[in-house]
Amino acid sequence: MLSDTERRELEDALKHYPDKRSGTIDVLLLVQRRRGWISDESILDIAQFLEMTSEDVDSVATFYNLIFRKPVGRHVAFLCDSISCWIMGYEQVREQLKKQYDIDLGQTTRDGRLTVLPIACLGQCERAPAMMIDQNVYGEVTPDKVETIMEKYK
Amino acid sequence: MSQDPTRITMERPLTQYIHPDGTPRLLREYVTNGGYHSLQKLVTGMAPKDVQRLVGESGLRGRGGGGFPTGSKWSFVPMGPDAQKPKYIVANADEMEPGTFKDRILMEGDPHGLVEGMIMAGYALDAEVGYIFLRGEYHLSAQRLTRAIAEAYAEGYLGKPLPGTTFRFDLHLHSSAGRYICGEETALINALEGKRATPRAKPPYPQTVGLWGQPTIVQNVETLYNLPHIVNHGSAWYHSLSRTQDGGTKIYGVSGRVTRPGWWELPLGTTAREVLEQHAGGMLAGVHFRGVLPGGISTAFMTEEHLDLPMDFSSIPPQVGRLGTGTMIVLDDHTCPVGFVLNLERFFARESCGWCTPCREGLPWVARLLQSFEEGRATNDDLALLDMHTKWLAPGHTFCGLAPGAMAPLQSALQFFHDDFERHIGLGRCPWSNKPAQLRVLV
Amino acid sequence: MATIIVDNRSYTVDERKNLLAACLGVGLNLPYFCWHPAMGSVGACRQCAVKQFKDDHDPSGRLVMACMTPASQGTRISIDDPDAKAFRASVIEWLMVNHPHDCPVCDEGGECHLQDMTVMTGHVYRRYRFPKRTHRNQSLGPFIRHEMNRCIQCYRCVRFYRDYAGGRDLNVFGAHDALYFGREQDGTLENEFSGNLVEVCPTGVFTDKTLFQHYTRKWDLQSAQSICSHCSLGCNTTVGERYGIVRRIMNRFNSQVNGYFLCDRGRFGYGYVNSDKRIKRALVRPALDRTKPAQPEGVPQVLEIIGERLRRVRGIIGIGSPRASLEANAALRSLVGPQQFFLGVDEQEHRLLSTILSILRTGPVPSASIHDAEQSDAVFVLGEDLLNNAPRLALALLQSVRQQPMERVDELKIPRWDEAAVCNAVQSRRGPLFMAGHRQTWVHEYATDSYFAAPDDIARLGFAVAGRIGPDAPSVPDLTNDVRDLAQRIADALTRAQQPLIIAGTGSGSQATIEAAANVAWALHQHGKQTRLSFVVPESNSVGLALLGGGRLHDAFDSISQQKADTVIVLENDLYRRAEQAKVDAFLETAQTVIVIDSLEQRTAAHADVLLPAATGPESDGTLVNQEGRAQRFYQVFVPDGDITDSWRWLRDLARAKSPEADGVTGVATWNTFDDAVSATAATASELARIGEVAPPASFRVVGQKVPRQPDRYSGRTSMLSHLTVHEPPPPPDPDTPLGFSMEGYRGPLPSPLISQFWAPGWNSIQAVNKYQDEVGGPLRDEMPGLRLIEPVATKAPCWFTAIPPAFQPTLHQWLFLPLSAVFGGEELSNRSPAIAERISEPFLSLHPSDGARLSLEDQVTIELALQGMTYRLAVHLESSTPMGTAGISLGYDASGVRVPVWVDLFKAIKTGHRRRVA
Ligand SMILES: Cc1cc2nc3c(=O)[nH]c(=O)nc-3n(C[C@H](O)[C@H](O)[C@H](O)COP(=O)(O)O)c2cc1C
Ligand code: SF4
Ligand code: FES
Repeated sequence: MLSDTERRELEDALKHYPDKRSGTIDVLLLVQRRRGWISDESILDIAQFLEMTSEDVDSVATFYNLIFRKPVGRHVAFLCDSISCWIMGYEQVREQLKKQYDIDLGQTTRDGRLTVLPIACLGQCERAPAMMIDQNVYGEVTPDKVETIMEKYK
Repeated sequence: MSQDPTRITMERPLTQYIHPDGTPRLLREYVTNGGYHSLQKLVTGMAPKDVQRLVGESGLRGRGGGGFPTGSKWSFVPMGPDAQKPKYIVANADEMEPGTFKDRILMEGDPHGLVEGMIMAGYALDAEVGYIFLRGEYHLSAQRLTRAIAEAYAEGYLGKPLPGTTFRFDLHLHSSAGRYICGEETALINALEGKRATPRAKPPYPQTVGLWGQPTIVQNVETLYNLPHIVNHGSAWYHSLSRTQDGGTKIYGVSGRVTRPGWWELPLGTTAREVLEQHAGGMLAGVHFRGVLPGGISTAFMTEEHLDLPMDFSSIPPQVGRLGTGTMIVLDDHTCPVGFVLNLERFFARESCGWCTPCREGLPWVARLLQSFEEGRATNDDLALLDMHTKWLAPGHTFCGLAPGAMAPLQSALQFFHDDFERHIGLGRCPWSNKPAQLRVLV
Repeated sequence: MATIIVDNRSYTVDERKNLLAACLGVGLNLPYFCWHPAMGSVGACRQCAVKQFKDDHDPSGRLVMACMTPASQGTRISIDDPDAKAFRASVIEWLMVNHPHDCPVCDEGGECHLQDMTVMTGHVYRRYRFPKRTHRNQSLGPFIRHEMNRCIQCYRCVRFYRDYAGGRDLNVFGAHDALYFGREQDGTLENEFSGNLVEVCPTGVFTDKTLFQHYTRKWDLQSAQSICSHCSLGCNTTVGERYGIVRRIMNRFNSQVNGYFLCDRGRFGYGYVNSDKRIKRALVRPALDRTKPAQPEGVPQVLEIIGERLRRVRGIIGIGSPRASLEANAALRSLVGPQQFFLGVDEQEHRLLSTILSILRTGPVPSASIHDAEQSDAVFVLGEDLLNNAPRLALALLQSVRQQPMERVDELKIPRWDEAAVCNAVQSRRGPLFMAGHRQTWVHEYATDSYFAAPDDIARLGFAVAGRIGPDAPSVPDLTNDVRDLAQRIADALTRAQQPLIIAGTGSGSQATIEAAANVAWALHQHGKQTRLSFVVPESNSVGLALLGGGRLHDAFDSISQQKADTVIVLENDLYRRAEQAKVDAFLETAQTVIVIDSLEQRTAAHADVLLPAATGPESDGTLVNQEGRAQRFYQVFVPDGDITDSWRWLRDLARAKSPEADGVTGVATWNTFDDAVSATAATASELARIGEVAPPASFRVVGQKVPRQPDRYSGRTSMLSHLTVHEPPPPPDPDTPLGFSMEGYRGPLPSPLISQFWAPGWNSIQAVNKYQDEVGGPLRDEMPGLRLIEPVATKAPCWFTAIPPAFQPTLHQWLFLPLSAVFGGEELSNRSPAIAERISEPFLSLHPSDGARLSLEDQVTIELALQGMTYRLAVHLESSTPMGTAGISLGYDASGVRVPVWVDLFKAIKTGHRRRVA
């Protein structure tokens, strides 16, 4: 069930569109922002709200990589694996994360603190390698900086 | 500040006021420096068709990678009292082309420029609603655009008839949920409609059947930033900015192992050598240049011999490649070209929308083949398979431009770095990797 | 028409087609996947690539997708171009990247479009040497099996299921090369047309689960042409059999009727033929003694016993059947004499059928085929629940709402086959569809306006619409403002249309709605519109039976009770479905001898003194007349075991047993072959005179040969019976049709009624239909799509119906019970099919929520309801679409002796003690 706050927020988001279904992606993102990820139950809630079937909603949800259909940690680190970051050594950052938190791309730490996901070029190529944690972007990330950066994300 | 803020003799109209410290220009500052002045021009009786003509004359070409002349793109939009309404202007702010970050620089530094550009495009095409389709990862741009839009509403640039006209423009921001294919304009339209972002067949073009079936213009962010300046200063001035027949400046960027990776707004037609050597400061000490992708990863490699070509939409011969987004990625001699292309093809395979067969099935195959080169398991047959893909994943063979774009760097790499591919086969490992050669395993 | 040049040869084609359809239409082979003749082009699979040249000076040309390129004048292409060929082979190679090597165990094997196209492109060795992706399959209910690993991502399933058939619970998930086509969770596919996925899917992802239960390869099936017996639309099917078991039903293309698609009741409802409730032996009570149960007896003995009795009786009456063939009914009529022949439908149905016939016979408006319905650009449905009573027609309406928006598509110069572009241009625009009824279904989502009301109010709306269109049509006074506005909107939309269609039927039991529908259609006709009428009737041969003509059921009852006759022959009918139990009991008790001819155990059969096993549709030949008035022939697929034979043959034998002396033998007793039956039937009524032209006679031969029912590759013929005999028995003779029960015979172009399986060189899947059409998607070559028996009197001025009922008045205590039928479970034969049985929902009573409150009933409680002497357990459904003061009742087929509409005092009828919530 959507909470009243959620419902109000979603209704607001739909105002920009001529019909409900056009807001599907916005609604998914908003629900995800509150709930962390999109569970089967969230799919049902959204489907009901948008007067669509869960198939309609999930078809859209599973297309987009920023919509999580599996639970993620409290924080999500998006590690850019595109070309400029690859040249500049993103793989070392990935190794560092692996060493330090025992998780590879696509995994979540056991304590639920962090999920690391690969991401397409973050548009920070002049500061490669780049990483985004939650909504904050870090450039010129080197393995030795990882720990300091992560301090903010408990 | 000069007395007449609009009398600018600047060489960098798009970026000259962007703060070097990364803070955005807010409304007040924007206006003081001549912002939203283009809208006042409309009071002088500039009709939509005048704006259209001016943009046509200016030689503005789309900055989204295709370089399509903006004026002629607009000419397909139905105009006049009988035209289908509403019409839409969509800013393509999806910027997911790896190596590309120019739109972000503009939106973060100068969000009002996009708002003004969109209002102008809206006025020119008599389209009263705009959407900014922003990639989901650009949170900072989202914040700044949201604020700019709110300011523009408060000042009456949005949501009210423009002075001296009956035209009123509304603008909304849509944050996307990922996927590179959303940058393709028809896929973008599907995404804005809340659907899966698979591209649409053309014709019909969005100009007649676009967003929600209505006439729609999708324009790259950088393209839109040019509009107010063209309206303010005219097409002759605009041409004078450029070194070639296409008007204006271009935001060039460089990433990779160069001394000063970054971006610069330079006259259109600046050569790659100038950008790389003068602005990016040349290669880092100890590494050597081998090649460059001139504008994102959907372009073909240029090598030393091409560096003196003007970087514009008409000077690069088609057999060499194309400008793309103008943000360059440099390949150096410490980097394996096969590994480089493998990274690109993995990206394309992952970002394929899955609609058409050659792209959906071909790209993962290509990526696996390249992987087997890197692992030292490739054979000459695999080279033939790569060639086959470069031949078949050509424009028109696939549904949209993603797969052909994916083949551009591969094909040129096979051409320029053929020896490196063969060395992988011969050595049974990657020459750049000190990992031991893997056993040849039949899979 | 346009001239196109393909590999330097000129062809004349329709310029409104795309190149793929054009090439296939002129007989060229070009592979494809995502395109479908009924669903247009989307350009996804890239399989149909050809080389296009600007002109004959263009040496290089470029690859284009034939399905996305118009066949415009002067187009120059090459299919054989080496690049085009190599590219097409590559497309297969890509599709094979993840496709498993499981053809030998795949249900689709041997009729797989992917296999065909693979062979066509010449792709042989797969060079991909990396791991394949794998998927988990879903359990999709009793009809469809799911094997996602075989998917080639052509998107046809979702395009059919969602875009064409209005389904919502199937979709595509994921992106790039990790696409999944299925439901969000495991579960039954809900859409009533899901079975078409079996044919639409070009490979083995969606296969027929009922076939899987008794799997047989296509080439091992003995098949014949059939007509679906599960509703009145008469969809054309192919029935496949092996070892005496019907294995599956496939769609048989008929451009005027079902086109490419069937409903699930029709496709999966065949299980009754294989049922263990089949009557297989002739049964007779020893010495015809009522106190003894009927026992199996040799057929000659049975006939002797009956013959002896029949020669001594006072009078014989016959009760016909709306689900038996024309010939069987005519045989009964001949045996008992026209005065003693009764239609065997209930009183109300009899009246409604007569009204419908007279409207079609005497009015100026013709009836609509399903194809006509698809082409209609405005539709008004009065009181008929199409989805449940005539599903394939409901599917046609989903196509009709696409017609009017095509104006915009044409304006934008988008070719109509360019499906993706059409959808983008059309968006959610829909043409006018007005639905008035007493029950909401998902089809209402497609309606411009829906009106839920009691039948009388629906009729009033109809009369009001007619009154607004035709200046001299009677109008309706004292309408509420809402209804008046609605009537105006409907009238406006219908008069703006080019080809309006009005639909009504027997489904709500209302004479007035039928008459109102006629008035609307006639008024439109006066307006100069190309109007069509469509009346839905209950059963597969209801119209045929009515054309034959016969007495009313209560007269049959009377003639026994008044002792004018003492013997009754009941043909393929369960009288308990036609009248109240007590009446039928009394009737069967009073009759001295009851002879029942039927195929399945049923309640009337249980009372028979003599029970004769009738052949079902797939075991016999016959003619059926659908609701449009179209006569169509069905053919025997296989020879049944036991004593089972055609009903007309039983009646012929009864006639002969009655008067054994050869001289003086007349009527049915003289019939020897099916053709005799046809010609005798044709002679019974002028409208039936041409039924012989529906299909070629038994004497039809091509180069002296019959048409084989078994395909070339039929295997095991010499060993099928090796456990019984080492000799290969000769194939059974078939004196009735031009078909043979064998592999031998003529293979080549045939008149369409004789085509059972579509098969062409290189085309083993159902897609081979293309090879039988002149124009892809159009009629079969020299199609004989059945024969319309009733055509309107064009010149006739309408003779308006004027009996406008008063507005419906809810009462304090009484509710008007209205029938609710169910697509699964609402019909006699399909009910006996195990797969359908799984989809039958429990009986229920539907009430308006405010009526529920008045009766203190909550949604979903179970009640016991006393009705016409019986007590039923029903779930209560509170539905706001149920008109106030009415109650919709849906009973299982076994309880369908209940007569509705009827007024019921629910305060009394509901046994309150048993109200409880369903868990
Ligand atoms: C796969 C693909 C991705 C694209 N991504 C972008 C993008 O991120 N931003 C963009 O402006 N254009 C992108 N384009 C180009 C757009 O389709 C379109 O041509 C452009 O937005 C038009 O704007 P312009 O005329 O101003 O350049 C992409 C094209 C393709 C085929
Ligand atoms: S080339 Fe085909 S599969 Fe690839 S992104 Fe474009 S439409 Fe989708
Ligand atoms: S049939 Fe033409 S692209 Fe699929």
